[in-house]
Amino acid sequence: MIKIAKYVLLDILRNKFVILYTFFLLLVTLSMFSLEGNSDKAILSLLNIILMVVPLVSIIFTTIHFFNSYEFIELLLSQPINRKSIFLSEFSAVSLALCLAYLIGVGIPVTLFSQGMDTVYLVLSGMLLTLVFVALAFSASVLTRDKAKGIGLSLLFWFYFTLIYDGFVLYVIYAFSDYPLEKVTLALVSLNPVDLARIIILLKLDISALMGYTGAFYKQFFGSSLGIIYSFLFLLLWAAIPLFISMRKFLKKDI
Amino acid sequence: MISVSNIEKRFGSLDVLKSINADFETGRSYALMGPNGSGKTTLIKSILGMVVPDSGKIEVDGESIKGQWTYREKIGYMPQIGRYPDNMTIGQLFEMIKDLRSNANTVDEELIEGFGLDKMMNKRMHTLSGGTRQKVSAALAFLFDPKVFILDEPTAGLDPLAVEVIKEKILKQMGPDKTFIITSHILSDLDDLSSHALYLDNGSLIYNDSIALLKEETGEVRLGKAIATIMKRKQKSVTA
Repeated sequence: MIKIAKYVLLDILRNKFVILYTFFLLLVTLSMFSLEGNSDKAILSLLNIILMVVPLVSIIFTTIHFFNSYEFIELLLSQPINRKSIFLSEFSAVSLALCLAYLIGVGIPVTLFSQGMDTVYLVLSGMLLTLVFVALAFSASVLTRDKAKGIGLSLLFWFYFTLIYDGFVLYVIYAFSDYPLEKVTLALVSLNPVDLARIIILLKLDISALMGYTGAFYKQFFGSSLGIIYSFLFLLLWAAIPLFISMRKFLKKDI
Repeated sequence: MISVSNIEKRFGSLDVLKSINADFETGRSYALMGPNGSGKTTLIKSILGMVVPDSGKIEVDGESIKGQWTYREKIGYMPQIGRYPDNMTIGQLFEMIKDLRSNANTVDEELIEGFGLDKMMNKRMHTLSGGTRQKVSAALAFLFDPKVFILDEPTAGLDPLAVEVIKEKILKQMGPDKTFIITSHILSDLDDLSSHALYLDNGSLIYNDSIALLKEETGEVRLGKAIATIMKRKQKSVTA
């Protein structure tokens, strides 16, 4: 399996997109910290960009990569190699490449400017978010047969989690504003990996006071170590479940 | 020996394989024929585990292939349209496959030289012509001296010289411990290379016996004529 992953990784590095992505992240991170003197504010602005860009690049790059590797998968399937190791090597190679890009582009420079728990959370949640969207991209690719549909479904996932879902949550909060909604919104947040990542970092940045009573409630929940474990666990689940579903599907797929 | 029993496969509403039963015995060479879209490639891909049949059983040397992969060590497969990673060179491709199959004990590079591929090891796969790709596919299928050869249209797109090279190689490899399954539309090729014929039409197996018997039954000397007679007979039975 490691051998296959090595060849997939080599192939990814050959097409240079991941290197470009690394430089882009590096540029954004460095410019945020040079524009904002206050490192908390810089992390906040960086967060807003990362929450849009990381999921988008992860999901689209992975989908395109999967469809471009179809020939490679076909070739491997005619050899005595089992499907599970082909699938897992593809997943681990893509995840490794994108996580490394994030680590070099965001992780290392942020640690140079600010060394607190918030940095640790920013790096961890960014990498987990990468895994989540890589796994979602694999589901989108395995469920569809052609590239255009696959990319379409991937984009739909991204729109849903970064834009549509927030609109839905806002609507719920607005429509039921007469009722105590803290626990409901907590549950709703858990259903969106992007929101989970956002809240983990926002609460570490001590700006939750701006969020009123709900913010205080969140602070009480997510601020505790239990809350942190809960949210990281949920992010992991968000990666594991789509991965599991797409692997099951891939094992039975006609190539 | 490969045995296929009651294989069914549907793609959406299309019945591609309808209850196929066939045995491929060791030491024989089978010509798999049929019009376009009759299910030849689907049957081959089912044996390789690339297509998962809806029902039925496929056994290689007495063991079901369902969920298995090690049996593919015994098979050399030449696809109809060989598609390879674009960014790789021919050399890298062969190196990778050899690396992935590092436990294989014999490496047969005769075709690589026979086709002159050894002189273009640095060419990238996406720059190759269709014919050269076919040569790469053929060389890969013969690389580990497998017991079973599954060749999907081995001569399509090759120049006459290369066709002779591959035909000679097939004849050289034939032996009591080898099985060949060859599909082609060029029936004169199959006439030289196979002893048994399978004729697929619309997902059903219409003929499955020795070529000698087929010729005797239809009273034709050449395989092409004999097959044409079978096809006509089939059309008559449909219209009648």
